[in-house]
Amino acid sequence: MKDEVIICRCEDITWGDIRKALEKGYTTLDEIKRITRAGMGRCQGKTCQRIILNEIARFCRKKIDELPISTFRPPTKPVKLGTLAGDNDDQKC
Amino acid sequence: MMIKNADIVIIGGGVIGCSIAYNLAKLGAEDIVLLEKNTLASGSTGRCGAGIRQQFGTEMNCILARESIKIFENLSEELDYEIELNQGGYLILAYTEREVNQFKKNVALQQSLGIDSRFITVKEAKEIVPPLNTEGVLAATFCPTDGHADPFKTNFAYAEAAKRLGVKIYTFTEVKEIETKNNRIVAVNTDKGKIFTSIVVNAAGGYSGVIGKMAGLDLPVYSQRHQILITEPVDPLFRPMLMSFSHNFYCQQTPHGSIIMGFGDPNEPKGYDMGSSWQFAREMAQKITAVVPLLKEVSMVRQWAGLYNVSPDAQPILGEHPKMSGFYMAIGFSGHGFMLAPVTSKLIAELILTGRTSLSIEDKLDVGRFERGELILEPSVV
Repeated sequence: MKDEVIICRCEDITWGDIRKALEKGYTTLDEIKRITRAGMGRCQGKTCQRIILNEIARFCRKKIDELPISTFRPPTKPVKLGTLAGDNDDQKC
Repeated sequence: MMIKNADIVIIGGGVIGCSIAYNLAKLGAEDIVLLEKNTLASGSTGRCGAGIRQQFGTEMNCILARESIKIFENLSEELDYEIELNQGGYLILAYTEREVNQFKKNVALQQSLGIDSRFITVKEAKEIVPPLNTEGVLAATFCPTDGHADPFKTNFAYAEAAKRLGVKIYTFTEVKEIETKNNRIVAVNTDKGKIFTSIVVNAAGGYSGVIGKMAGLDLPVYSQRHQILITEPVDPLFRPMLMSFSHNFYCQQTPHGSIIMGFGDPNEPKGYDMGSSWQFAREMAQKITAVVPLLKEVSMVRQWAGLYNVSPDAQPILGEHPKMSGFYMAIGFSGHGFMLAPVTSKLIAELILTGRTSLSIEDKLDVGRFERGELILEPSVV
């Protein structure tokens, strides 16, 4: 893969950014996320995390199932603060 | 292979542990080992609000923060790693007469210590943050050299600089037991093997009490969940951290464009829960859209939580435990560990290697202060 290939589209993180982190010894999804911001954008890694996991597995010569994944955090998709603030319907649900 | 002997074992790979490792090595210490049960920055550092402020209400917190900012200002160069320091100031809003009076006292104290904070009018506050809804705001304080840095980058910057100076960092290595004999540290047992050492540094953040128990010590700290959320990146809206103690929130736009915000729930139980709640997201959104209405149109993309490690006076506990020779602590930062890391790590390193510190904190921030009854409570905490 060429260094210029964009892996995380939300944060504009390239394969080169991720390769450098791997070569420095950061070989978990959490570390790569924290160092590069890959997976921290609007889609929260729904697009790029599998690609990065694949590349970590290849780099570490491990199977994907052996690799720890990141915690999935709420919300499932972006929610406007105005929508959140207007929700007072606890009792009704 | 796990190392068998070390001069100093640091427990915790957050910004506190990594900065202590760096400062010890910088002062010439050798055979330093740092142990982290997860990845670096996986605990409170990586979960923090990233703010750096000098506007405190106790002299000690003000001095520590002032000295910390001085180090932050040159830290990217010193560590050869861009930590993205952005000094956009902190704007602290007063909504009650009580706050107005407290803030006047705070600013007088801060100014007497050389901090460039000032008491300002509502009109001036609006000029600094144009989208601010000033309803109910009576006055504010502003300090332009307060700001923000990237906690992950700062943490990794210290870790990598420490490694270059010879520090050995073991991640995914959990401390299970601390062996002591005649009130002295003998060894640290981990899930990867035993390390003999006479000095342990407890930099375990939210888990500092657990580490204390392993050495048979009951430390006067507790942990408490604090929740936080972040929005999608948007165009620059305001530079300073916005903060209120009575309305209980903090909110800042990062240089990257996303807006980070949180508040402390007064009913939050003590403990180690780090889950995220829907109630937090809703209350946070209600608080912040009232203060900055145009944020209604901005979307939250992620929420999470981390642990405050709280001390009885909301000031850190730094130093050796009087009942356990070789057991040093840098704990109880009460939500201010990231911003105070650069200075406190330097002080702890000085204390371990020379028995003294350049800011003479050894008899002021030691754990013994609580038994001596020298409690000066920090009034300005979110």
